[in-house]
Amino acid sequence: MESLGVAIGLVVGFDAGLWAVIGLSLRVSITAVLVATLIGAPLGALLATRKFLGRQVLVVLSGAFMALPPVVVGLAVYLLLSRAGPLGPLGLLFTPSAMIIAQTVLILPIITALTLQAVAPIYRDYKGMFSAHNVAPMAALRIALWDARFAVATAILAGFGRAISEVGAVQIVGGNIDGVTRVMTTTIALETSKGNLEFALALGFVLIVLALLVNLAILGLGRFGRRFEEARL
Amino acid sequence: MSAPCLEMTAARYIVRNKTLLGPLDLSLASAGITCILGPNGAGKSLFLALAHGMIVPHQGHVMWNGQPAADTRQSRGFVFQSTPVLRRSVRANLAFPLAARRCPAKDRAARVEQALHDARLMQHADSPAAALSGGERQRLALAQAMVARPTAVLLDEPGASLDPASAKLLEDMVRAVAASGTKVILATHDLPAARRLADDVLVFIGGQLAMQAGAEGFFAGTHGPAVMDYLEGRI
Repeated sequence: MESLGVAIGLVVGFDAGLWAVIGLSLRVSITAVLVATLIGAPLGALLATRKFLGRQVLVVLSGAFMALPPVVVGLAVYLLLSRAGPLGPLGLLFTPSAMIIAQTVLILPIITALTLQAVAPIYRDYKGMFSAHNVAPMAALRIALWDARFAVATAILAGFGRAISEVGAVQIVGGNIDGVTRVMTTTIALETSKGNLEFALALGFVLIVLALLVNLAILGLGRFGRRFEEARL
Repeated sequence: MSAPCLEMTAARYIVRNKTLLGPLDLSLASAGITCILGPNGAGKSLFLALAHGMIVPHQGHVMWNGQPAADTRQSRGFVFQSTPVLRRSVRANLAFPLAARRCPAKDRAARVEQALHDARLMQHADSPAAALSGGERQRLALAQAMVARPTAVLLDEPGASLDPASAKLLEDMVRAVAASGTKVILATHDLPAARRLADDVLVFIGGQLAMQAGAEGFFAGTHGPAVMDYLEGRI
């Protein structure tokens, strides 16, 4: 109980070290979500609306990789970015950029697969109309993606939830360097192992609040989306 | 009879080595209402899809004013039996064909307003299209097909499953479309409606064009056994 009180004090007292870690966590995860959305949402919509060579492989992979173990992603990105790896010359290992890459790889399949699931039924409904009006394929994709926006937004939030709460990948490629690559999850692991439970608890508290907020947002968006749809029926 | 707009030459649509439609050799006038009649499975919907260019013939040609049908789809409108609507407002559904045809933005609002008026959907303009009744939805579909001012509009049994009042409103709209100079090709099972609307008639039986005739002569005369079997409900 004493540790919990100190932890709450750290959060509400805007402890500089604590908020630096929170800030970096948010910066890394939000950037990863943005990058994964820019790739995954159009890719998911493309998979839902177009037939092309290798499509089925991508559909299967995006579904299968939704549950990729973070440590495996971390290891793969580590091998890519390590000095002997193909991207070694970029010197990104143990930087926030490496952590962004790892989280992007981790959540890209989630955003892609969920976008595919959201867009596919809408496109099936619209397909005849698109054909009758001779709508260009890219315009058809944009229309179906826009009309699936609530479900796609939920996919993006699910990706953020996964990114902000994972520890294995960022630990491996970031190295948990104090003030450089230390984020909430890696700090919690470290401080707990050192016995500094107050700091770990404070971060855990923030992480839980963030997770709750993300889940509330998903729930709210889902409800708003459903009401929006029901109002049309 | 005005100059032909649709011409089919030895057009045949084949699936798995089986001819589902054709060979078709026909031409249709560029004005008036052509009704497509025939029993279920006769090839009426396939004919419309072929005529509109949504599918291309495996043999022969389908041309509109000398151009392949598939290349000129944007100059025509199409109404399905059960038309899907965008999950958007009625107004947005009417704006969609204009955007698809890259109509200048400054012209869109006026055209959409006119289409809402023609379809008698002014009071539903900002309602979700999916909330419309069956009849309203089909009027929206026809307005959507007409908003881009096509030279022809093809309708695939648009009045099926509509109550008499809704069917009458749709029929009035079809008549107004034809009166405006747009060619109408209407597939229907409703023989009384065809009698009221048609200028000429095509009858399909078993994927073949069994008969092409002016409406007046068709509904007054007697025909070959296959057409009579259809008209008298034996097939």
